[in-house]
Amino acid sequence: MSTHSHAEEHHITSNKTYIVVWAALMVMTAITVYVSYINFGTFNIVIALVVASIKASIVALYFMHLKFEDSITWVFALFPLSLLALLIGMTITDTFTRTIVP
Amino acid sequence: MANHTIAHNVYVPFLEKKGILSWILTTDHKRIGILYLISISFFFLVAGVFALLLRYELLTPASDFVQPHTYNVLFTLHGSIMVFFFIVPGLAASFGNFLIPLMIGAPDVAFPKLNLGSYWIYLLGTVIVLIALAKPADTGWTFYTPYSATTDTDVVLITLGVFVLGFSSILTGLNFIVTIHKMRAPGMTWHRLPLFIWASYATAVLQLLATPVVGITLLLLITERTLGVGFFDPAKGGDPVLFQNFFWFYSHPAVYIMIIPAMGVISEIIPVFARKPIFGYKAIAYSSLGIAFISFLVWAHHMFTSGISDIAATIFSFLTFLVAIPTAIKVFNWTATLYKGSIHLHSAMLYALAFVFLFTIGGLTGLFLGALAADIHLHDTYFVVAHMHYVMIGGTVMGFFGALHFWYPKWFGRMFNETVAKIAWFFIFIGFNVTFFPQFFLGVQGMPRRYATYPAEFESLMSLSTYGSWILGAGIIIMTVNLIAGLINGEKAPQNPYGSLSLEWQVPSPPPLENFEEIPHVTDWSYGYGKKK
Repeated sequence: MSTHSHAEEHHITSNKTYIVVWAALMVMTAITVYVSYINFGTFNIVIALVVASIKASIVALYFMHLKFEDSITWVFALFPLSLLALLIGMTITDTFTRTIVP
Repeated sequence: MANHTIAHNVYVPFLEKKGILSWILTTDHKRIGILYLISISFFFLVAGVFALLLRYELLTPASDFVQPHTYNVLFTLHGSIMVFFFIVPGLAASFGNFLIPLMIGAPDVAFPKLNLGSYWIYLLGTVIVLIALAKPADTGWTFYTPYSATTDTDVVLITLGVFVLGFSSILTGLNFIVTIHKMRAPGMTWHRLPLFIWASYATAVLQLLATPVVGITLLLLITERTLGVGFFDPAKGGDPVLFQNFFWFYSHPAVYIMIIPAMGVISEIIPVFARKPIFGYKAIAYSSLGIAFISFLVWAHHMFTSGISDIAATIFSFLTFLVAIPTAIKVFNWTATLYKGSIHLHSAMLYALAFVFLFTIGGLTGLFLGALAADIHLHDTYFVVAHMHYVMIGGTVMGFFGALHFWYPKWFGRMFNETVAKIAWFFIFIGFNVTFFPQFFLGVQGMPRRYATYPAEFESLMSLSTYGSWILGAGIIIMTVNLIAGLINGEKAPQNPYGSLSLEWQVPSPPPLENFEEIPHVTDWSYGYGKKK
């Protein structure tokens, strides 16, 4: 192929790493469930989303091998997140700056 | 451009194998391209018939041909089928499939089985929508809430069909991105890639990143209708404008999913028939990526009158004008390529020139709609209908027809009747303008879109538009018959009838099963026309 031969080596992740990541995901699931029984007001959703984001990140990094991939894969992984931020950011800008007609 | 040779003694054209299984189970990108081509052409003609019926109803001010509800169903089907079944898969799936491996010097796409899977997912989506026709939706192709959440027509099934179609689009985009990154022949550097490949790459990025948003949005709508969860219904704590924000976050980039491949086609046709190197190669290449990026920043210009905040509307109006920069870069570069060229008016070139002319009208009228104050007056009038059709027919469809005439000999190994092709082009060009140019005036005078009846003062322009649709329809029939006749009894096509320098023309017509006997070594770009040998 053209210019990508340098990136063809594949990293092999040890079983130990996979088990540690799985355990971490289980712990965070337990935290999410536990926190849902306590009333933190609006912080309930913040905590749930932060925990979910951490879980998604370690799934992408370890289970989906992102940690061991070359820079172009990182670009494709991170660029959609900036679009997501744009979608949420601009939609919220609209919602929060609307003139309310009584 | 490439210093390789083809061994003709082992040449087996890809169309050689016969039988239904050789089609429905094929993983050959060229055959899958044909499957898409047949499917999208069929749906184009079906949706075109709906358009003719709509225009016939509008011949007179009264609702005398169909009932208003039937009219609503007709424009919903016309829009939905044209958008989701024809123009979104359109050039990207048909010509993208056929051309990308050939143009980059690869034997196939990166994931051939996934490619076939994408086609079958596309067919599954069409079947679901056909089932939905038992109680057809009357929402328009945009499925706006709150109406789509409450109408008793079958919105769930048609949106489910569109949701399924989205997966076909996503997987095709993924396949093309990986193919262009990983499968380029030795020496085919990024800056030697044909501009159609740059356009296909930009399109694939949009397909991959924007389509999931509309999928989720339609799923939310289905959830609201079936489970009563209040995402968009104010009575349940939802926000109908939220639907529009989400919907247009996809559907504006989707406009560029439709048009960017056509721009790639024009960049291929013009240098061949002007016999000149393309002017501003890098500017055209990067403007495709520029359009793709900016397309994510402008979605709310569809919503200036929907009740979005003044601040958001101002920001989006400003950002919308940025689109003019990369699109103008392309138009100026095409024009500069034509300058002092040795222009040959082949039918494909006529479509390319029509594209530049009509797309410019479509683009410039977009500036009126992007301006906040003017849009208040013009929103949801026939001005929008005319603008949209100048971009979509004047742009994308002209590009599609141009591609059909340009690559027809390569794809099918036959020639069509060039004189008849030019006559068809003339009918299509005149018919299109007679149909849609009067609609700019109707819109400025305040005629709203999507009504079966209208005041008598609009009758002359409305009926003129309907007469134009008949000329346009006649042109498309002539073109279709000519291209089908070419398949049956056209002359055998030579390998390179236009003297093109691009890789796909360096293999026999039609191409062999594996495309290249040996993977070519590329030593130059494909636009070196007019140089002394």
